[in-house]
Amino acid sequence: MKELEIIVCAKQIPDPEAPLSDVRVDAEKMEVIVDAPQVISPFDENALEAALRIKEEMSAKITVLSMGKRVSDTVMRKNLAAGADKLILLQDEAFENLDSHSIAAVLAEAIKKIGEYDLILTGRQAGDWDFGQVGLILAELLVLPCVSLAREIKVKDGNVLVKKNILGGYEEVKAKMPALVTVSNEVGELRYISKTKMLAMLRGAASIPTWKSGDFVSAGAKLQKMNIVELSSPPDMRRDCEILEGSTPAEKAEKLAAIFRSLR
Amino acid sequence: MNEVLILGDVKEGALDIRTLELLGVGRKLAGDLNGELSVVLLGEQVSEAAKEAVSYGAARVYKVEHPLLAGFRADVWVASLEQACSKIKPKVFLMGHSITGMELGPRLACRLGTRLTTDCTNLSIDPQDGLLLRTKPVCGGNAVSVFKCQGEPQLATVRGKVFEPVAAVDGKGEIVDVAPAIDESMIKVESLGVVREEAVALDKAEVVVAGGAGLEEKEGFDMLQNLSKALSKTFGNVMIGATRVAVDKGWITSDHQVGLTGTMISPDIFVSVGISGAIQHIVGMIRSKKIITINTDRGCTMFKVSDYGIAEDYKKVVPALIQKLEELL
Repeated sequence: MKELEIIVCAKQIPDPEAPLSDVRVDAEKMEVIVDAPQVISPFDENALEAALRIKEEMSAKITVLSMGKRVSDTVMRKNLAAGADKLILLQDEAFENLDSHSIAAVLAEAIKKIGEYDLILTGRQAGDWDFGQVGLILAELLVLPCVSLAREIKVKDGNVLVKKNILGGYEEVKAKMPALVTVSNEVGELRYISKTKMLAMLRGAASIPTWKSGDFVSAGAKLQKMNIVELSSPPDMRRDCEILEGSTPAEKAEKLAAIFRSLR
Repeated sequence: MNEVLILGDVKEGALDIRTLELLGVGRKLAGDLNGELSVVLLGEQVSEAAKEAVSYGAARVYKVEHPLLAGFRADVWVASLEQACSKIKPKVFLMGHSITGMELGPRLACRLGTRLTTDCTNLSIDPQDGLLLRTKPVCGGNAVSVFKCQGEPQLATVRGKVFEPVAAVDGKGEIVDVAPAIDESMIKVESLGVVREEAVALDKAEVVVAGGAGLEEKEGFDMLQNLSKALSKTFGNVMIGATRVAVDKGWITSDHQVGLTGTMISPDIFVSVGISGAIQHIVGMIRSKKIITINTDRGCTMFKVSDYGIAEDYKKVVPALIQKLEELL
């Protein structure tokens, strides 16, 4: 049987789990400055995990596409360490701050250049801007059946079978491949990668193909930047926290129990 | 005519509360544009809901009825909305940022050649050019951004529970039939069945006891369950919450997830255990009246947004707390 070709779209972002103090809003420049390490966007990691689980069941090849103005080869090699077969970076100054439609348009062109694919997986939304649009627009541009918010994905007889989130439960759906599925976190977190594996991949000689805009985006493509007219900090959420002290956990617990009593 | 159109959501024959909120913000925008507010309803049979929409002040209600629109199938819903928008040509089109709105919005934007802003918490009209100013929390809630986009309709999905629902008025709007041109062949995703799950209604909780990665193991939630039981003797509706990471780890199901992509809650008391406080979690619980944090890391963000805190290993403090609660409450 033919090998299943899976493409996972993964975005590199500053760690969204970063503490509040590491995030600053520059209202003047209209930029959010995050002093945190770069990571793979969490829902995209869920998408990769879904792909890896499919690969455990059948012969499959996983290609990860990552796009941006600058994409760190070291951050994105984690995809390979986790079990992806190929990583392609789509990197160009022209890809800075694009709107969702334009990002999807660039990804669509890259996927057309790759040519063969059965299944495209994206995270439900990126952990930085939380737009939640690229996957769905990509499906429209490639005219593919589209399933959103997957919690489980299986492949059988040329179809993708998905359990997708709906209000108050889930729906089981089936679509003929090629198809696109956006992945929610219920799929589960990306598998554990041993330090040895990670280091081997970082030091590894595997060269990572990097495509510039001119390599695959057609000259006529109109890429638009997102248009931010104002950026501000959210209302201050801090409260004065009373730390309950005590020489033993039981003493602290007693104080907290008293607080619960006062809140009755 | 500047028409502000909203997509109504019909639940068991009646308009959903989120629709009334959309009508609220839609009416404001229609006023700013000197235009009219209208509603589009999709389904097999939506006459009753259409009359209801008129009673909430819609100048026009478009009924898009078809047997294939019974139940939500995104492929035919997108096609029907695309056709309806081409006919109606609204200046602004709003839908809820619900699971269905999240799926319809981007696909519709692509088909209509316009740009969408998702999960908006405020909307207004720029008096200079009449374009929609779309306010949206970004970066998990670390910043608030206002976007402006070209194209028509001006398209946005709107966060729930942000805008006031409208009250009924003596409406005199008209109801217009819009026949969709859809057929089976458009449905590319086949439904094999729906599984209803008994989900916790976290937004109804009075007290939420929530756990995160700091629990270190699935069994941590058993301990939280015991705490929840102890609190239940005094407080009503005590429920278990969780962070996205705890759900990803498979420790608990996603209906317990609190935060941006989970449930947004505002209970009387929120108890966080082993949660460091990622922003996308905090935005989901910050409206809690009292916040109590138990965490080993005194420097973690969660303490900064809490009223009371214990810097201690939860495995030591929670059993002691349960015992004290039994004595005191």
